[in-house]
Amino acid sequence: MTTNAVDKILLAHGGGGRLTDQLIRHNILPKLKNDILAELADAAKLELSSSSVCFSTDSYVVKPLFFNGGDIGKLAVCGTINDLAVAGAKPAVLGLALIIEEGFEFRLLEKILESAADTAKQNNVPIVAGDTKVVETGAADKIFINTAGVGTRLPGVDLGFDKIALGDKLIINGTIGDHGMAIICQREDIKFQSDLESDCAAVAELVCKILESIAGVKFMRDPTRGGLAATLNEIVIASGHSIEITEADIPVKPTAQAAADVLGFDILNVANEGKFVAVVSPESAENILSLCRNHPLGKDAQIIGSVVRTADAPVVELITRIGGRRIVQMPYGHELPRIC
Amino acid sequence: MLEQIYKAHALMDEVCKALGRQINIMEVCGTHTVAIFRNGIKGTLPPKIKMLSGPGCPVCVTDAGYIDVALKLADDKSVIIATYGDMMRVPGTNGSLERKHSKNVKVVLSSTDALQLAQDNPGKTVVFLAVGFETTTPATAVVVRQAAELGIDNFTVLAAHKRILPAMKALLCEKNHKIDAFLCPGHVSVIIGSDAYVPIVREFARPCVVAGFEPLQIIEGLGEICRQLAKQEPEVKSVYNAVVTPQGNATAQQIINQCFEAADSYWRGLGKINNSAFRLKNQYARFDAFKRFGLEEKGAEDVTGCRCGEILCGLIDPPQCAMFGKTCTPDTPVGPCMVSSEGTCAAWFKYARKGKTAQ
Repeated sequence: MTTNAVDKILLAHGGGGRLTDQLIRHNILPKLKNDILAELADAAKLELSSSSVCFSTDSYVVKPLFFNGGDIGKLAVCGTINDLAVAGAKPAVLGLALIIEEGFEFRLLEKILESAADTAKQNNVPIVAGDTKVVETGAADKIFINTAGVGTRLPGVDLGFDKIALGDKLIINGTIGDHGMAIICQREDIKFQSDLESDCAAVAELVCKILESIAGVKFMRDPTRGGLAATLNEIVIASGHSIEITEADIPVKPTAQAAADVLGFDILNVANEGKFVAVVSPESAENILSLCRNHPLGKDAQIIGSVVRTADAPVVELITRIGGRRIVQMPYGHELPRIC
Repeated sequence: MLEQIYKAHALMDEVCKALGRQINIMEVCGTHTVAIFRNGIKGTLPPKIKMLSGPGCPVCVTDAGYIDVALKLADDKSVIIATYGDMMRVPGTNGSLERKHSKNVKVVLSSTDALQLAQDNPGKTVVFLAVGFETTTPATAVVVRQAAELGIDNFTVLAAHKRILPAMKALLCEKNHKIDAFLCPGHVSVIIGSDAYVPIVREFARPCVVAGFEPLQIIEGLGEICRQLAKQEPEVKSVYNAVVTPQGNATAQQIINQCFEAADSYWRGLGKINNSAFRLKNQYARFDAFKRFGLEEKGAEDVTGCRCGEILCGLIDPPQCAMFGKTCTPDTPVGPCMVSSEGTCAAWFKYARKGKTAQ
């Protein structure tokens, strides 16, 4: 239990005075413990293995804060680690900033911090910088987290839309839509029961393994908000090439599909938090696929399609189970607010 | 599955050759429209079969005048509007519930959620935007009855429930219609029964085939329609026998009849159709939001340039409308067919490739 006399966050905990100091020393530091953070300096001094780095930041406002398969703390750490990894960098350090609504329970804050710390530790990416703000009731919904991260670029790895060429294959490391469907089914206002679990996970280890051991990866992205449909459309728009995917090859859990059907979502538009899409050369595709399948986060990996010639405007086209064809468009974008 | 699909395709090919003309089949239901696009079925059909998308998306056909009433109610701070998510983007004559950004508009997944909202907020009056065909009407009737039994007086219903048969008849009475046959809605037929279409077959000699929403059922349904057209023996047939019976769901029909009676109604794009809607019976008048708040739904004028009416009647395809994909998109819908994800224009915009799937 907390050493603070109160069990809820007060505005004064963000005021920069004694309560802020207590909050940081008694509640935050012990969870995220590492030497750099313990200095409580204004900025972290870093010694990185390379001067060529990637830098990324992302904010997390997921609702509910705790969901099957994760929580906002784990999500905030995994999300930024994944962003660095798919850019071709080995995640090195993270910063973590909290915006807390007055009245938020210490008990929940500690649970979230523990989860963030565990995830960071498991992935060997220390949280070396942080910040805490408290806002009055109603100015935020319980807690928002921002993480930023620096990663060192893997030598010889240069990913980009411009590398994508006709004939390249598309690989996904597992089932789609698990995060979004798990979240929506757990929303208090939805009341839809299921045992779906979010895929929330850091894929950096697997991604780095692929990039370090097999040549031929052209581009990678984690299909989070907007799902696979948004990521594929982004690839199409930026590369100018069309993509053809085969419905029967896209891995989907039957429960996720059923929940999506009942609630009227296209599973292709539903968010993932432990997935990556890799555009790879045709020669390397099978090797990358088998490397994925030998890793716990890639056991359901599949080649789902390829880069094809564009007839008029570049599009994502899906070959359906009955052999029909249809366009997969960029989702409208608000069907599922606060998914991450 | 593929084998049965090939068989149905072979039958359709044969009939198309024998008849030597274009066959226009209307899928009445919006869920069929989406399933046909989502599975790429159009592209697999013989070129002579043309699918027309009918008025069976309840959100699409909800008149702007109805949305205007809902928007007016949303201004009342003592009111909570409970609505299915699809209704949020439906345009009224001046804005939509989504653009209103009102805190007293809540999205619900079921009528029981709306009733619960009333129980949880005794200081407010909940107005449930009750839309849908015969499929969702029983669910509204159930909560109206519950509200009456439990004395939940802060629950009201703004009913826009529609009846599918009067709309199908209205289409067949149009001078220029091109409809050869109907692929009838699976969900509605569970409630009203497949025999409900017998008068249409008798009066207008059009095949009425009920199908489910799996691609195989849709294609089998189309095959059956072709078979009937070739033999010139139109009849009612269901290829959705697992859940659709000739008489339908008697309990659901009973509860609809207890709470609702037929009334004339405005349909976006089609205008006023006699006896095409359900309104609450007098004994439940205190739950009728129109009466409680003294409001009336006025038929709104359709937007100039919008050709949804012709699209709903199967007279043109969406790309033939000058607004399609330009001033009217799923992000900025103008006409009813673009508003709902089940609307014809939204499905064309989302799933069909320009020039390729268009017939």
